[in-house]
Amino acid sequence: MTNYLEVRNLSKRFGDFSALGDVSLDVVEGEFVCFLGPSGCGKTTLLRAIAGLDPQTSGTIRQKGRDVSALPPAQRDFGIVFQSYALFPNLTVADNVGYGLVNRRQNRGAIARRVAELLAMVGLPDAGPKYPAQLSGGQQQRVALARALATSPGLLLLDEPLSALDARVRLRLRHEIKALQRTLGVTTIMVTHDQEEALTMADRIVVMNQGAIEQVGTPQEIYRRPATAFVADFVGSMNFLAGTLMAPDRVRVAGVDFACPVQDGLAPGQKVSLCIRPEDVRVRDLPADIVNRVPVEVAELDFVGAFCRATLKARAAAEVAVTADFSSNLIRDLGVDIGTKLDIALPPDRLRVFA
Amino acid sequence: MSLAVPSLKVGLSRDDLMMRAGVLVLAGVLLVMVGLPLWALLAKGFEDRDGKFIGLANYISYFSTPALFQSALNSLQVASITTVIVVPLAFLYAYALTRTVLPMRWLFQGISLIPIFAPSLLPGLALIYLFGTQGFLKVLLGGGSIYGIDGIVIAQVFYCFPHATLILTTALATADARLYEAADVLGTSKRRVFFTVTLPGAKYGLISAALVVFTLVMTDFGIAKVIGGNFNVLATDVYKKVIGQQDFSMGAVVGMVLLAPAALAFLVDRLVQRKQVALLTARAVPLVPRPKFARDLFFTLFCLLVSAAILAILGMAIWGSLIKYWPYNLSLTLDNYDFAKFDSNGWDSYWNSVRMALGAAVFGTVLMFTGAWLNEKTRGFGAMRGVVQLLAFLPMAVPGLVLGLGYIFFFNAPNNPLNFLYATMGILVLNTVAHFYTVGHLTATTALKQIDPEFEAVSASLKVPVWKTFARVTAPICLPAILDIAIYLFVNAMTTVSSVIFLYAPDTKLASVAAVNIEEAGTTAAAAALCVVIVLTSAAVKAAHLVADRFLFARLQVWRRR
Repeated sequence: MTNYLEVRNLSKRFGDFSALGDVSLDVVEGEFVCFLGPSGCGKTTLLRAIAGLDPQTSGTIRQKGRDVSALPPAQRDFGIVFQSYALFPNLTVADNVGYGLVNRRQNRGAIARRVAELLAMVGLPDAGPKYPAQLSGGQQQRVALARALATSPGLLLLDEPLSALDARVRLRLRHEIKALQRTLGVTTIMVTHDQEEALTMADRIVVMNQGAIEQVGTPQEIYRRPATAFVADFVGSMNFLAGTLMAPDRVRVAGVDFACPVQDGLAPGQKVSLCIRPEDVRVRDLPADIVNRVPVEVAELDFVGAFCRATLKARAAAEVAVTADFSSNLIRDLGVDIGTKLDIALPPDRLRVFA
Repeated sequence: MSLAVPSLKVGLSRDDLMMRAGVLVLAGVLLVMVGLPLWALLAKGFEDRDGKFIGLANYISYFSTPALFQSALNSLQVASITTVIVVPLAFLYAYALTRTVLPMRWLFQGISLIPIFAPSLLPGLALIYLFGTQGFLKVLLGGGSIYGIDGIVIAQVFYCFPHATLILTTALATADARLYEAADVLGTSKRRVFFTVTLPGAKYGLISAALVVFTLVMTDFGIAKVIGGNFNVLATDVYKKVIGQQDFSMGAVVGMVLLAPAALAFLVDRLVQRKQVALLTARAVPLVPRPKFARDLFFTLFCLLVSAAILAILGMAIWGSLIKYWPYNLSLTLDNYDFAKFDSNGWDSYWNSVRMALGAAVFGTVLMFTGAWLNEKTRGFGAMRGVVQLLAFLPMAVPGLVLGLGYIFFFNAPNNPLNFLYATMGILVLNTVAHFYTVGHLTATTALKQIDPEFEAVSASLKVPVWKTFARVTAPICLPAILDIAIYLFVNAMTTVSSVIFLYAPDTKLASVAAVNIEEAGTTAAAAALCVVIVLTSAAVKAAHLVADRFLFARLQVWRRR
């Protein structure tokens, strides 16, 4: 696997404000990478630097081995789709899609064939003669995608492409974009603040916060083994229990010791957070000798649809509360209700410890 | 603190280079059109008649000549009185247009705009017919004279009314209905709603309207020239110094004195506008007035009265232009329209005006729109873009008479390579475009800010040169704004007197200037006839614009339909 894009020590400052601080990143050819983070984290700044639209203050970008750091956008190889679609309103859909082709001195027939092919590819074979204003938001975004792909760029940049769309349309387009990307094998970077979008679409996710990369990894890695407390909190739901590291594999919370994976980077005696996801809390069929067993009482039960999110208070220390996801089956089988007393276990391999 | 990391030197694409070159050219053109003439004027004020530098001597002599200083006070007096009359009048009219149920609203709105299409001397001429030495309503003055401050103020009210009404209509049209509903629900009295919701909402419009009217009166030349009599104002002083006494240095000094209040008013307006945050958020509910008999009746009568006054002044000018020999032979004739009898240029001056207006509309629109686009879309190059922005805003603060004077000094200098432009149609076009540059530039900039900012990014990614996107997408989308600019330039070029009065040559005399000359020679009827022709032409062009906008461009812009 070769690196298609190499970003090294990229910084971007606006006056005294540092929008990007020394960011380095590799993107493999054919990969779908998502920049994920809250607004203002620098993800769009990074994307626009890669495109050359808002050049970095310092640092280098190599695309396919070529140093493009100082090149203007027109001399780089990319297609781009914006949240606003940025379709040319006075041109037909066909003219929009063919906009970049006309400039390549291809003959009319070839352009028309390519446009038809692209429109068929995004599922709008008959939209050619219409104007953008006559299409729905989802359709407009497909046209924008077709336009970006028309010149067969080596890199596809998507800047929050789904954020302006209805939830239902967004869900469908997610799958279509991903499928299209896989078929074409085009290296793709998408900026999003929607973690679900990133988890379902990306091959790898780059989680960003305050102008820096917090973690790079596959969706599973990001979700299962968040590298920092920020990632743990931003992606999915997470319980944070305040405790103290007693030994490399022991954390004490409210006077009770919990077994956890061995922590190398942390010194015993340090204040830490012991973390577990709500769905990883075990309730059923606990063996008698199971570690990290906690007797709890159900304090709240929030119906969320497919499951219930329960707030459980430790019977020994009421100030310690854990949320856990209970399936409808479990609630029925165990007769769970507010006030129910039961035992839970926090599987050590599912526990994360952050300073 | 200096970091060791070297800052990135960004490469420039061919587009970037082209656009930067464009900004440089634009800055150069604006410097020639605005910056250098003003500089020449400023310098002239410090020279004696032979061109020797004499420091502040001219200014000292100006302020120690009571007659000249009196003119400055007169100008301030007329401007203040007119402002105090026009702003409340325009506020009520705008209120009627936006906040009441007015029958035939469009007609009242249209009538209020009529004065815009007339040269400023038209109301002066009409007043002479009505109240002059032989005016048929002269008895109403009871021995007083219309020549002087009274005549100037009445004519100025007519001339400034549409400008104030336009600004206040815009200010009052943007109201959030929910504020009124909230006040209603809280049981607030109508009076209190007016003073706590309506008036504060229009505050910035009122300030803006007052400043605009004040500046218009300060700098207008035509009205004071025609009906001022012995009442001297700054604008007529400049004219007398330059044309009458050929004292250019003193003319320059008076010009600078005239520039001061106009520039000050402009600065205050900019500061106030900057404070104005969007009062109307995207979620505001537009206010739709509901019928209320007593209120609607009152405002309908008020609008009828104002409209009647406007139409009376226009009608008087038209009637006067058609009369054989005022006031002894009232039979109708078209003789007064045979301009050759009154001015050696005859109808040529009219055609000169049309040619000049067309030239200004074409050249000015191209320059203003392309210029605004270059300045908005060029990447980086901040300092030079700032210079362009400044030069584009400057003309708004400069009275036409002052700019015209600067043009004499700059273009007539023997060592200026652009000297060949002097006394040509070219300099008239250049001067007119410069005089009205700011509004066109602002209109274009506003239109450009409303379209998607990423078009250029998309074009760059598709390897389409930026000028191609300008021609294929940006300009067509902004067509309505482009036409607005062109019409604005045409109408103003037809009616302007002040900025071109120093710049015409015998064969490039304009209709508005010819009207001033003819009136000076004492032939009021022919001067009125020429003004009527100008009104008809500019109003016809505006009407054609409206019709075209409604039918032709609706077809060209199918893509706007959903």
